[in-house]
Amino acid sequence: MTDRAIGGKGAPVQLDKVSFSYDETPLAFDVAFAAARITAIMGPSGSGKSTLLNLIAGFETPRAGRVLIGGADVGGEPPAARPVSMVFQENNLFAHLRVEQNVGLGRSPSLHLTKTDHSAVAEALKRTGLAGKEKRLPRELSGGERQRVALARVLVRDRPVLLLDEPFASLGPALRDDMLDLVSGLHAERGMTVLFVTHQPEDARRIAQNVVFLDNGTVAATGTADDFFTGSGPPAFRRYIGASALSRDVARKRT
Amino acid sequence: MQRASDPRITAGIAALAAITLLIGGAFAGMLIEGAHDFSGAWAAFDPYLLRVVRFTLWQAVLSTLLSVVPALFVARALSRHPRFFGRAFILQLFAVPLALPAIVAALGILALYGRAGYFSGLFSIAGGQGWPGIYGLSGILVAHVFFNLPLGVRLFLEALQTIQADQWRLASQLGMGARPAFRLIEWPVLRAALPGVAGLVFMLCITSFTIVLTLGGGPAATTLEVGIYQALRFDFDPARAVALTLLQIALTFVVVLALMRLGANVVGDANLPVAPRRHLRVSGSEATLNAVLIVLALLFVAGPMAATVTAGLGADLGRLAGETAVRQATLTSAALAFLSALLSVMLSLALTMARRALALSRRTGPKTLLEHATDTGAGFVLVVPPIVIGAGWFLLLRHAGDVFAIAPVMVATVNAIMAMPFALRAVRSAYDAASERHERLCAQLGISGWARLWLIDWPSLRRPLATAFAFAMALSLGDLGVIALFGSDSVQTLPYLLLARMGSYRTQDAAGLALLLGVVCLALVLAADRLGRGMVVRD
Repeated sequence: MTDRAIGGKGAPVQLDKVSFSYDETPLAFDVAFAAARITAIMGPSGSGKSTLLNLIAGFETPRAGRVLIGGADVGGEPPAARPVSMVFQENNLFAHLRVEQNVGLGRSPSLHLTKTDHSAVAEALKRTGLAGKEKRLPRELSGGERQRVALARVLVRDRPVLLLDEPFASLGPALRDDMLDLVSGLHAERGMTVLFVTHQPEDARRIAQNVVFLDNGTVAATGTADDFFTGSGPPAFRRYIGASALSRDVARKRT
Repeated sequence: MQRASDPRITAGIAALAAITLLIGGAFAGMLIEGAHDFSGAWAAFDPYLLRVVRFTLWQAVLSTLLSVVPALFVARALSRHPRFFGRAFILQLFAVPLALPAIVAALGILALYGRAGYFSGLFSIAGGQGWPGIYGLSGILVAHVFFNLPLGVRLFLEALQTIQADQWRLASQLGMGARPAFRLIEWPVLRAALPGVAGLVFMLCITSFTIVLTLGGGPAATTLEVGIYQALRFDFDPARAVALTLLQIALTFVVVLALMRLGANVVGDANLPVAPRRHLRVSGSEATLNAVLIVLALLFVAGPMAATVTAGLGADLGRLAGETAVRQATLTSAALAFLSALLSVMLSLALTMARRALALSRRTGPKTLLEHATDTGAGFVLVVPPIVIGAGWFLLLRHAGDVFAIAPVMVATVNAIMAMPFALRAVRSAYDAASERHERLCAQLGISGWARLWLIDWPSLRRPLATAFAFAMALSLGDLGVIALFGSDSVQTLPYLLLARMGSYRTQDAAGLALLLGVVCLALVLAADRLGRGMVVRD
C-alpha cells in the first residue's frame, strides 16, 4: 500500500476551506497541521474538535472544501483507504475478539494474517507493554490496557497520521501520564503526524509541540505549545484555561 | 458516495425484491384471473358473498368484545395484586396461546366442549337434552377468546405497569379507594391502550382461518378466508375466489390503516411485565372479586390446553408414531419449517442491515423511500393474509401445470414472510446496538462484506438470530393456511394431516397429533424466549 511506503514519515494534514454542518451548527475549518509533529487540539465542548478529526478520518463528509493529507486530496476516499489511524475515547476494540485478533485486524480486515503479520502483532504488543496478554478478551483488561491494544493496532497499521480523540479522558491522572509518554515514545520512533484532542492543558503541555485552539466551530488560534502555555497565548485561549480554573475554585468553595 | 455501494444495502434491496415478487405474483394471479373472467368475478358479488362479509365482520366484532372487555378487568385484577403465589405462572400460561398452533387449540376446545367432549355430559344434563356441540359461531367465539383474552390481558397489564410508583403512593396517601383509583389512575392508561389492543384483536379475528375452518362447521359460519379456500379447493370457482380475495384485502387494508393511525403494536407480543413494588391496600371484598376473575380467566385459558394433553395422551401414540403418513408429514413439516425459518431470518437480517446502513449514510434529513421500505415495509406484509397470497399463486399457476407440485415452495416462502414482523423485532435492536459500537471501527479498519458479517456481526447476532429462527419455525410448523390450499396426498404437513384425520372423524389420531404439534411448537417458543432473555450486550 502507498501509505506503508510513506510509513515512518509523518504527512502534513491540511483542511482547505472545509465547511460542514451538523444539526444546524455551521463549522468552518481552514488550517494546516505540520508533518511529524504532535498538535494538541483544544477548545470548549461543542467547538468542533471531534468533528475536525472525523472530517480528516473520513467519518464525516465536508459540504465544501478539500481535505489534504500529504498533499493529496483524500475527500473521495473511504475511511479505511486514508493514510490515517484513529483512536476513540471508547469502543476501540471488538468485545468478542481476543487482544491479538483486535490488533491483527489492523493488518487484514478479514483477519487473514501472514507470518510477517503475526510477528508484527507480537512486536507491537510487546512495545505497548501487553506481552503475555495476547489471548485475553477486552473485558479481561483494564481501561488503560484496552487503549494500549488500540495503540498496538496503530503500530501495526503504520499510517503516517494518527488521530487521537480524547482516548485517555476516562483514565486516572497517573495512568494518563503513562499513556501520554507511550504516545510520545511511539511518535519519537515513527515520526507520524499526531493530532490529539484533549480537554486537559497539562496533557497538551506534556507532549504537544503545537496547539490549535477551536472556538465556535472554527479555528480561533494556532501556535506553538510554548507560546500558548507561557502566557503569551491568544486571549480566547487564556480565557478558556482561566475560566475553567476559576470555575473549579467556585465549585470547591461550595462544597 | 462510498456508502452507496454498501453490500448491506444491496442485500436489503434483494430481500425487498423477493418479498415484492411473492406478493406481486399473487396479485398478478388475481388480476389475470379477474381480467380473464371479468363478468364472472363481477357476478360473484352476490347475496352469498354479502352474507360472508357480514359474518366475517360480525364474528370479529363479537370476538373482540368478548376478548377485550374481560381482559381489561382481568389485567386490572392482576395489577392490583403484584405479588401472589402463582402469578408468574399465570402470566406464562397466558403467553402459551401465542405459541400454540390454531388447529391445536381448536382440537383442545372440541375435546372440552364438543359433542363428545369432556363437558358434554354435564351440558346435556344442564340443558335437559343432547349437547349439540360447539360448532358454529359459538365455537369460533370461544376459540378467538381463548387466543385473544390472554393477549389482551398481557397488553393491558403492560400498559398498567407504566403507571409510576409515585402515583400509587400518592393515591394511597390520599386514601383513594378502588373505585376512584380505577377512574382516576387506571382507566386513563387502559383507555389509551384500548384502541390499539382492540384493533389488533379485531385484525387477528377477521384474518383468522384455521379456527373458522375447523370450528365453523358449515356454510352458515363462513368467513372470507374460508370462503376463498372453499372456492378454490371444493367449488373450483376462481371468479368467486378473486372476488372474495379482493374483499379480504380491502377489509384488512382498512383495518391496518386504522391500526396504524391508532399507533398499535401490530405484532402483538407483549413483554412479560415485571411487577414493580407498590403501596397498595386492597379491600377484602375487592380481593375476592379479583380472585374470582383471575381464576375464571385461568380456567378458561387452561381448560383447552389441559384437554389437548389428556386427549392426546388418550390416543394410541405408539401406533401413530409408527405410521408412515405421520412420519412422512413430520419430516415434511420439519424440513419446510426449517427452510421457512431460515429464509425468514435471512430476509429480516438483510432488511435490518440495509435499514441501518441507509440511516447511517443519511445522518440528517428525511428518510428515502428505500429506507421506509426496509423500515416499515415488512409490516405491510400483514395486510395480505397468507391465504390471499396462496390463492393468488394458485390462480396464477393453475394454467402452468401441476399446482400442487409447488406446495413446498409456497409453504416455505409464505410462512417465512409471515414470521418476518416477529423476526425483525428480535434482530433489529441487537444489530443496531452492535452497529452503534462497531460502525466507525469497521469503517476505519476497512472491515466490510463477508469479513464483517462473519468476524464482527455474527458473534453479537447469534442469539437474536436463534430467537427469531425458533419463533419463525414454530409459526411455520403450526400453520394451516397455505398448506390447506396446496396440500395433497403427496405433500402433507402435520397440520394438514391433522385436518384430514379430523375430517375423517379419526378424532383420537387428531388428538395425538395435536399434542405432538403443540409440544414441539411450545418447546420452540420457550427456546426462543430463553435465548432472547439471555441476550446481554457486553463490552
